[in-house]
Amino acid sequence: MFTPHTKNDVEVMLKSIGVEKLEDLFDVIPAEFRYPDLNLAPRLSEMEAAAELENIASANATTKEYLSFLGAGAYDHYIPAAVDNLLQRGEFYTAYTPYQPEISQGTLQAIFEFQSLICRLTGMDVSNASHYDGATAAAEAAILALGHFRNKRKKILVSRSVNPQFRQTMRAYTQAHEDLQIVGDEIETGADLEKLIAMIDHDTALVLVQYPDFFGRIVDYKKLIETAHAYGALVAMAVNPTAMGMLTPPGDLGADIALGEGQPLGIPLSFGGPYLGFFAVKKDLMRKLSGRLVGETTDVEGKLAYVLTLTAREQHIRREKASSNICSNQGLMTLAATIYMTVLGKFGFRQVSNLCYQKAHYAAKQISQLEGFSLVDPDTPFFHEFVVKCEKPVDDILDHLLAHEIFGGYKLENDYPEMKNCLMLAVTEKISREDIDYLCEVLEEVNHG
Amino acid sequence: MAEPTIFDLSVPGRKGVTFPDSDVPETALPEGFLRDQLAFPEMSEMDAVRHFTSISQKNYAIDLGFYPLGSCTMKFNPKINEVTSRYPGFACTHPLQPIESVQGNLYLMFTLQEMLKEIAGFAGVTLMPSAGAQGEMVGTMIIHKYHHDRGDQQRTRMLIPDSAHGTNPASSAMLGFEIVPLPSDSRGNVDLEALRGLCDDRLAGLMLTNPNTLGLFDENVAEVIRLVHQAGGLVYGDGANMNALLGVFRPGDVGIDVLHFNLHKTFSTPHGGGGPGSGPVAVQKHLLPYLPDPIVGIIEEGDEETAPLYGFIHPEKSIGRIKTFYGHFGVMVRAFTYISMLGQAGLRDIAEMAVLNANYLQEKLKHTYTLPYDRKCMHEFVLEGHWKDLPGVHALDIAKRLMDYDFHPPTNYFPLIVPEALMIEPTETENKETLDRFVDAMLKIADEAKNQPELLHDAPHNTPVRRCDELKAAKDLVLCCYSGDLLGG
Repeated sequence: MFTPHTKNDVEVMLKSIGVEKLEDLFDVIPAEFRYPDLNLAPRLSEMEAAAELENIASANATTKEYLSFLGAGAYDHYIPAAVDNLLQRGEFYTAYTPYQPEISQGTLQAIFEFQSLICRLTGMDVSNASHYDGATAAAEAAILALGHFRNKRKKILVSRSVNPQFRQTMRAYTQAHEDLQIVGDEIETGADLEKLIAMIDHDTALVLVQYPDFFGRIVDYKKLIETAHAYGALVAMAVNPTAMGMLTPPGDLGADIALGEGQPLGIPLSFGGPYLGFFAVKKDLMRKLSGRLVGETTDVEGKLAYVLTLTAREQHIRREKASSNICSNQGLMTLAATIYMTVLGKFGFRQVSNLCYQKAHYAAKQISQLEGFSLVDPDTPFFHEFVVKCEKPVDDILDHLLAHEIFGGYKLENDYPEMKNCLMLAVTEKISREDIDYLCEVLEEVNHG
Repeated sequence: MAEPTIFDLSVPGRKGVTFPDSDVPETALPEGFLRDQLAFPEMSEMDAVRHFTSISQKNYAIDLGFYPLGSCTMKFNPKINEVTSRYPGFACTHPLQPIESVQGNLYLMFTLQEMLKEIAGFAGVTLMPSAGAQGEMVGTMIIHKYHHDRGDQQRTRMLIPDSAHGTNPASSAMLGFEIVPLPSDSRGNVDLEALRGLCDDRLAGLMLTNPNTLGLFDENVAEVIRLVHQAGGLVYGDGANMNALLGVFRPGDVGIDVLHFNLHKTFSTPHGGGGPGSGPVAVQKHLLPYLPDPIVGIIEEGDEETAPLYGFIHPEKSIGRIKTFYGHFGVMVRAFTYISMLGQAGLRDIAEMAVLNANYLQEKLKHTYTLPYDRKCMHEFVLEGHWKDLPGVHALDIAKRLMDYDFHPPTNYFPLIVPEALMIEPTETENKETLDRFVDAMLKIADEAKNQPELLHDAPHNTPVRRCDELKAAKDLVLCCYSGDLLGG
């Protein structure tokens, strides 16, 4: 279907090669394995495939039709039309990695601008061209920190209020480091910051916290950062980029590494991916960064140009001594984020941040006034996500909401067995006051049901 | 002219896309946590659109021309993929929705797993890995865990042929394996003698790229695998070159234990200027329990009237979670669309036309450029981009000169075993006229190398920028547009 060869083309080409038939090109493959019979459905034309895929998609319920309060690491934000429209330019999405700078200045400049925007957003000095997602960015922070101390420090502290999937991924990535301890996120430590601070010692390579944390709370990490630095440990903060429109960035708080899930920056939910992981560091860790980096230079005529730089750190040059095995970046997703941050700009970005904050607080207040629902942590400031304790089982509540075409939020007991009957809700700028009032109405029915 | 950056174009007070005013009573902001400023650009939407359109035009892309980039499989990316993956039914689904509300997604993932199993001959597939390199890492994690579970901790050596993909050593090193390079023989196959000498109880596995980066199918593949298995090792298959084998050969049939795919190469999903990729991993039955957590499965069988219920399965000895959620779903929709449009006959046609195109180019070029391994190739081949009597001309010069003829250069300086390598992969989607034009350019460049070498040394001439000073970039390290107070700049 996608091959242009006419019968005549094939004949002429075979003749030129000096073989009689196509099969002859494959005679190196042992005959008993050649041309297996594949049990696949018959091929579809484009028209049929379009209909078939539409049919499959129609078996899903979407955040377009349903009212959604789901967050927990992926957020339903409005994406301006310009983002996807520009993304669909063939010059961008059908290009390869910009290894040939002379004919890749578009991709390279976009990455350079992405790096600049991430530095400004997080208050850090240097950003790479992205990791796969927030979880792998967190794992790369662990690897960076272990390498930074030449594997002499054997402990990584991670708060229980860091996204559970980030913690799981970090553990998977470091599974061959047999004497490494990843601790601090046990049930007993909980999300108690003082207990976590007390665990920092001279063997600690990295402390990872989240800001706002997984439960949406805005926590003061000043003392934690000071203590970690007193012991010579690095501090990484996983941040929500939307919240950075409002909050003091990790760079200003003294963090050494800022990382996070970039999905809220103009990337569709798309059932979990592709997203992007952003990763930025202070100047003194610059050469320890893994992943692609774009830098400014000039061409032979003295004209400003961008190139991939510090490639000597990367897998294709250093092979097994590389700082990481990553070779791609989330190219097109970083472009989406760059366009998103640019078209929103200073004003629009801060506006989104503020709208999320305001609406989430209205929702929290309204829900907490309902009988049978209370805020778990009413005294800690939060951004756009919060936890509600329910008198009724969360599954029943979610089922009832689903029947009213509402995705009610995330059941925390899935990851936190100690948080029974706790429901976490996220509110973005897409949610209206009316939506929140409707949610409350339906929640009220639960209680009386 | 150089395009200004978004920060150069910014004018204080200018607005782009804005949002409605808040419709809820105001809550005070969290004092003590607020930032003073956010140095983002201030542009109108039109200025932003012109900026990104303008820089896009400085890119080369498949939609513009021929991209014979070896081992990257730069085939046409069908437009329908971009339509289906954007259907709101897919794009507007949250990964934590109740499974009953995402049966379409789960069906698609389950079916894609089944398709990939069938195409490559394996018992199970995970779609979670984000790219080929992460697929490799997952594969080596599985090998690592498998040996450890069997008490075989002493198996610490990973053999990597010198014709394998460049990421293999770094992926193995992430798991603490000792990397042992394995030489190629004079025909470009794995050197069996060298392999025999390394088959002992320290052997964890062998990472086999087949066809290898010379574009050659290993003539002794079955024997290579037999030797590794006999010594208690596992064989990892680097499936980056699967385009040559679709519908022709299944790596699982010959005993490869674990294999990764690159959906962004073989299955036509766009490279996106460097990502996102997608690197599903297939395993044989004995490795099923080690797959990443979770994978998609049927959790309630259906019958004639009801469809089965798809959900998540947690393999019992899983290596764990290697990213958030379930993988690059949007990329999976594209690959699914593509495979649906091919079926068995279409897949075989892909491999046959890819191999036909490569052999045609090889035949046309091998009389002018040195072909170090003169055999029929698979989907790609490697030439030497230099001539003994022209010591001043390098593969890089040829690569850059090709840009003046409106072609993307081949991969150069890889594989490392061929001096001044030019690795050429035409893919099946190119027509004969394009291949002939490329041959003409390559022959003309060979002539220029002899008679007007400065044309090569100074190339490219007509590109948006010319050769760039990479040393300066690495020395100055200007990695972002400084907002004034950073790095003292």
